[in-house]
Amino acid sequence: MRLQFILSEIGIGLRRNLSMTVSVILVTCVSLTFVGAAALLQLQIGKMKDDWYDKVEVSVFLCPQNSSTPTCAGGEVTDEQKAQIRAALEAPEIEPYIEKIYEESKDEAFAAFQKQFKDQFWASVATVDDMNSSFRIKLTDPQKYQLVADVVSGRQGVEEVKDQRRLFDRVFLVLDRATLLTGGLAAIMLVAAVLLITTTIRLSALSRRRETGIMRLVGASTLFIQLPFMLEGAIAATVGALLAGGALWLGVQYLVTDWLGSSVGWIPYVSTADVMVVAPLLIVVAILLATISSVVTLSRYTKV
Amino acid sequence: MIRFENVTKVYARGARPALDRVSLDVERGEFVFLVGASGSGKSTFLRLVLREERASAGRVFVAGKELGTLSSWKVPSLRRQIGAVFQDFRLLPNKTVFENVAFALQVIGKPRHHILTTVPDVLDMVGLAGKEKRRPHELSGGEQQRVAIARAFVNRPPILLCDEPTGNLDPTTSLGIMRLLDRINRTGTTVVMATHDDEIVDQMRKRVVELSTGELVRDQSRGVYGSDR
Repeated sequence: MRLQFILSEIGIGLRRNLSMTVSVILVTCVSLTFVGAAALLQLQIGKMKDDWYDKVEVSVFLCPQNSSTPTCAGGEVTDEQKAQIRAALEAPEIEPYIEKIYEESKDEAFAAFQKQFKDQFWASVATVDDMNSSFRIKLTDPQKYQLVADVVSGRQGVEEVKDQRRLFDRVFLVLDRATLLTGGLAAIMLVAAVLLITTTIRLSALSRRRETGIMRLVGASTLFIQLPFMLEGAIAATVGALLAGGALWLGVQYLVTDWLGSSVGWIPYVSTADVMVVAPLLIVVAILLATISSVVTLSRYTKV
Repeated sequence: MIRFENVTKVYARGARPALDRVSLDVERGEFVFLVGASGSGKSTFLRLVLREERASAGRVFVAGKELGTLSSWKVPSLRRQIGAVFQDFRLLPNKTVFENVAFALQVIGKPRHHILTTVPDVLDMVGLAGKEKRRPHELSGGEQQRVAIARAFVNRPPILLCDEPTGNLDPTTSLGIMRLLDRINRTGTTVVMATHDDEIVDQMRKRVVELSTGELVRDQSRGVYGSDR
């Protein structure tokens, strides 16, 4: 009886304020789509970091012939200098940060260069002597780049120390900024959603003041009086969250997997499986929003 | 059943008290008229009993509970022991007579079969048998007030509060309502009725409590409306 009664009250409330209910659904849908997009962007960053940080290394480029760098004033790097640099990298205080050191000779660098740029004009004019020999260092922790760089940079025979991670960090910076932007928009939309849900519940409570007045009078419990309003907000918000989940699923499926995935294939992308991880979170956020709004509103409008 | 001990109620700070050190005892099964001019404190008295307001000073006891110390989550269970009837009926216009009365039971979680047997009984008692499917606007004022009484009494509360229940009704209809309230009183229900209706008070010859600007000025068993008569 109780459940049936509460359900019918909810139905009446939702239908009576149909346009408000629809607007709550739409606003929560849009705001939660932004929340979900922000979450997916962060997942995307995580995936790329996982995938790329394993491959990145620090390159210590050694002096070639005719370099203008001050540390290369003595001409091409000598074997003695190489040995010193290697010794510095293998010193006990720096050794734990380094997983592996690999030495690339000028010839190997040239071969790799030719392979990478075989169709380009400059590949045909480059010579072996234009290439740098280098130490390629794999770090145990890519974050500790600076420690290693400090040890070798500025030494005679070292032209430049390069961290490949820096390149990726630009990409991540862009993605992080995008997350911030979507997150900011999401925050604004969430505020709008809370205000709208609050207004809707208030309208609903006001339009049923006669009923709630009688309920109070005959001794209905506070929870019993407030539950239909709370559930009304929660149901509308949850529908919004489900729609947001659907929108994200479609977006990821068609924009990321089908379109980006087929045009730029070497990046690990978020998939619809990730949407399935994010979607329950959106529902939780939606219910939280509705609960906060209800508690704030109802404590004022349906006082015992 | 209802006891006021030196109860004062002040709504706004500095204003004249709506009730001023009122002490009163209403026994189980009594019928009490609460009379006095508008603004004399009758409605405040009823609101204090329902705990829609709290006393500013003094103590209010209803059905054995002290309302000043009653926590707010226990208020619903207090109100289940009190029926309330008002001048303006307060029926739900989009519900039928049956649904209006059933509503009072539904919202306190009574089971369906209980509602289906109790509601026809009480409608029969108030003289509305056969009008279960009417809506309030299809009924006369007297019939609407009977629905309101049925709703207040359907849960068989030990106390029935009436705030000018005949205020909107003609004398003949009012008399019918009074007979009904008298019958309810005879079942052992304590009835407190605030009223302006001197004819009714004079006819019924019940206990009369008179308030004037918040003070209790008369408490007379088998009294009449005006003290000078």
